[in-house]
Amino acid sequence: MSGDHSPRLPERDRPWMMRTYAGHSTAKASNELYRRNLEKGQTGLSVAFDLPTQTGYDPDDELARGEVGKVGVPISHRGDMAALMHGIPLDEMNTSMTINATAAWLLALYIVAAEEQGVAEEQLQGTTQNDIIKEFLARGTYAFPPAPSMRLIADMIAYTVEHVPKWNPINICSYHLQEAGATPVQEIAYAMSNAIAVLDATRERLGERGREVMEQVFGRISFFVNAGVRFVEEHAKLRAMSILWEELGRERYDVQDARHLRFRYGVQVNSLGLTEAQPENNVQRIVLEALAVTLGRDARARAIQLPAWNEALGLPRPWDQQWSLRIQQVLAYETDILEYPDIFEGSKVMEGLVSELLDGARAEMAVVAEHGGAVEAVSYMKGALVDSHRERIRRIESGEQVVVGQNRFGESEDSPLTADAEGGILVVDPKLEAEQVEAVRSWRAERDQSAVDEALAALAAAARDADGAENLMIPTIAAARAGATTGEWSMTLREVFGSYRAPTGVGDAAAVAPDGELSELRAEVSRLQEKLGRRPKILVGKPGLDGHSNGAEQIAVRARDSGMDVVYEGIRLTPAQIAASALQEGVHVIGLSILSGSHRELIPAVIDALRDAGVTAPVVVGGIIPEQDVAPLREAGVAAVYTPKDFDITRIMRDIVELVGAGAGESSVVVGSAANGSA
Amino acid sequence: MSADGAALGARLRERDLGAAPAALNLIESTAPGDREQAAALLRELSPAVLGGEAPAHVIGVTGPPGAGKSTLLSALLHAWRARGRTVAMLAVDPSSRRSGGSLLGDRARIDFDPADSGVLIRSTAAGERLGGLARATRAAAGALAGAFDVVVIETVGVGQAETEVAEVADTVAVVVQPGGGDVLQFLKAGIMEIPDVLVVTKADLGQIALRTRRDLSAALRSLGSSATQVLAVSSLPPASGVDELVDALEAHRAELDVAERRLAARRSAALTDFTIEHGEQGLRAIGGRAAAQATLGAADPGLDLAALVAMLERSMS
Repeated sequence: MSGDHSPRLPERDRPWMMRTYAGHSTAKASNELYRRNLEKGQTGLSVAFDLPTQTGYDPDDELARGEVGKVGVPISHRGDMAALMHGIPLDEMNTSMTINATAAWLLALYIVAAEEQGVAEEQLQGTTQNDIIKEFLARGTYAFPPAPSMRLIADMIAYTVEHVPKWNPINICSYHLQEAGATPVQEIAYAMSNAIAVLDATRERLGERGREVMEQVFGRISFFVNAGVRFVEEHAKLRAMSILWEELGRERYDVQDARHLRFRYGVQVNSLGLTEAQPENNVQRIVLEALAVTLGRDARARAIQLPAWNEALGLPRPWDQQWSLRIQQVLAYETDILEYPDIFEGSKVMEGLVSELLDGARAEMAVVAEHGGAVEAVSYMKGALVDSHRERIRRIESGEQVVVGQNRFGESEDSPLTADAEGGILVVDPKLEAEQVEAVRSWRAERDQSAVDEALAALAAAARDADGAENLMIPTIAAARAGATTGEWSMTLREVFGSYRAPTGVGDAAAVAPDGELSELRAEVSRLQEKLGRRPKILVGKPGLDGHSNGAEQIAVRARDSGMDVVYEGIRLTPAQIAASALQEGVHVIGLSILSGSHRELIPAVIDALRDAGVTAPVVVGGIIPEQDVAPLREAGVAAVYTPKDFDITRIMRDIVELVGAGAGESSVVVGSAANGSA
Repeated sequence: MSADGAALGARLRERDLGAAPAALNLIESTAPGDREQAAALLRELSPAVLGGEAPAHVIGVTGPPGAGKSTLLSALLHAWRARGRTVAMLAVDPSSRRSGGSLLGDRARIDFDPADSGVLIRSTAAGERLGGLARATRAAAGALAGAFDVVVIETVGVGQAETEVAEVADTVAVVVQPGGGDVLQFLKAGIMEIPDVLVVTKADLGQIALRTRRDLSAALRSLGSSATQVLAVSSLPPASGVDELVDALEAHRAELDVAERRLAARRSAALTDFTIEHGEQGLRAIGGRAAAQATLGAADPGLDLAALVAMLERSMS
């Protein structure tokens, strides 16, 4: 407590850093957006990259189709990074980048862009998300197998501690775990276990030097957390995390300095709980969630970015994002929360909640440790998350958990907020992709090719060296300077490290006991099986680069629980892969999930590929599909479209079973007489 | 309306791989019309019609969950395709006893070029039959063996799975991960049959993989089985041991009297199928296991599985 009897702080606290997760279309357009946001009082940048950049593909790669500039900005080379940061002084700016598999590369581009501005790397401040374990668990934008991914992370930490000392090289993310269904206990336990894996790997990588700099390394690790609408418990979660973090530092890593032991976190509040139905209610949710991370001074966020009210509808426009920034500003500048010491100190309720969470988290951390740590336990954790998410959906379906406007109080007037032609969201001009394809090709044509070849060869050699003598950041920065592209950098490493597919978790999900509705559905599936001669078989997969697989996983598990045979294909599929699988597996129906906004390009491409392969099975689509896109998708041949407002998965299953039943009798696969022949 | 089984069978016989998906749909079906057509399809690929055994190398790959089968199969697939072999993989997954449904997750983990028409991957659920191969898997493997160069049947488990898969495969490979003690114990205790090839995966783990390999070799020696090769494979780059494994599998088949093994497998499978269909009671009705084996032993070697089961059923009355 400050002052003797005053309940106030002697001096009002400075507000947290305010950011908006932003970026779209092109580097130039995003730069304009950033500069406007800074003028509006935003105090840091949070860069959203598009999926090709996040997964290491250039705009002209087959896998990038439909995804360029959609969920973020495409950055292919140092020229793009320079354009993105044009007119923004990098010695003053604090930039957070949501980038993981390709974090080393984007940091290298940022360092080179600063160089070009005349700013030395030791002046740079900011954060690279760089948390690969949660990509395997929840977000899906990984590129390399676990072991080399961990080496890249350790190399970045080792490099930044020495050369970019004000940089946070990694943000351990519990955010995406909550989005994937984690309970507060799971969120704490898995994030802490993840941090242990990173710290252990770094200590090993640093060898002898490790002991000297571990103190600084620990001090540079920050977290990126989530906060749901149960904001009292969520606040307790953050207090529990600070206690565990300090304990971990002292006991496991022998950290002494109190400053280094402080639990530092940035936050984006919950998107999972935002609804498509009556989307204006999301504003209240966002405000309450922001309270979870600001109310108590002892566990207050260092940096906050709030989602926009319309995220479940599509991509937010600048105006929508401004509204969220203004929420932060009202909290910080109008209310009195920054005037007091910790308001929960001494609260029995808060202490009780914290101790409950600590007990649960410690027990779950022990389970992860028994698996051999977070890297080895990815499959276990993934299965546990799929189970938790299913439980959450079950509670919403049954009405046990109330979601206002969705499973209760559904009556609504028409909303003026979504009345415009676009339905109240941002629509990215599809022509931009072709321009970016052209742009990267002309970049390649105009640079000094031999310098690029040499730099990439050096990168490959450093990666191939089994002892890992050279820090990979060194050749990575050299390649950035030489003008290599994002796709070239990651392809070089993919060739050395191999590619990887993370476990899907669905195979480990427990089979549930049927309730009334599910029993009925199973009986229906059995009848259909008689009619078809085979058990109804569904293919579930995600075309494109979007790795948010929670929805697809829940559909897959529920289809299995309904008695169907489910071929779950996971993420990052090309239309050709989906068509080949559907044909070879002889499925009766195909379910596609897409959240990145690339459905208008990708779904028709998948349908064309299916029909070319002779597959006539019906296609259903789920995801963030704006209302005005539904009709074009149906015209392209989609049998049904499901969006976040269709929260009752059993009902979706019933539709699918009906759809298959309606087509029964016809063969789902037509094999043309023009045979493929043997290859 | 059922597809034309005989026509599909004839196309497979002509090595028209494009006929395979529709053929599998038919073979998996339990609808009465489909069953007839499936029988016609299989007849087109019986040894009698082919004038000998189907040419493919049928390989069973089995092992406990997490042993690295999918990764190994990806590596094998690439090695076979590099040698110009066409490959069909049948991945058998367990079904949920509660719902009857199943999650067939394996194909997502096998990396292959979707434009490559020389590869087919099909997942099947084991279905209601306990612990065993999917009802249709043997028939499917038999049919695909007429069209592809290599047919792989992947199953999960230790102790029972390799016995079941031996009823159809020419070569059985059991996959063991470093430190995988179950397989070693099961081998020593005689719970599992000695496989044709043992594969230790994740050789990149070093010492522990070497030790596992040594322990397995020692166990085989003490069991007096020197024919079984034990190989260590790392599928991670730099991959190692994959070509050696392909060679070892081929060497096993080259040594094998394929006709004799397939005939024995078909007869054993016919007895298994008959027993599942008619139970121990049915077995007694035909004079017991020994009598059934004698009946099968005297049968025309050109008969396919269905014909053999039918033969046993005729002797019931």
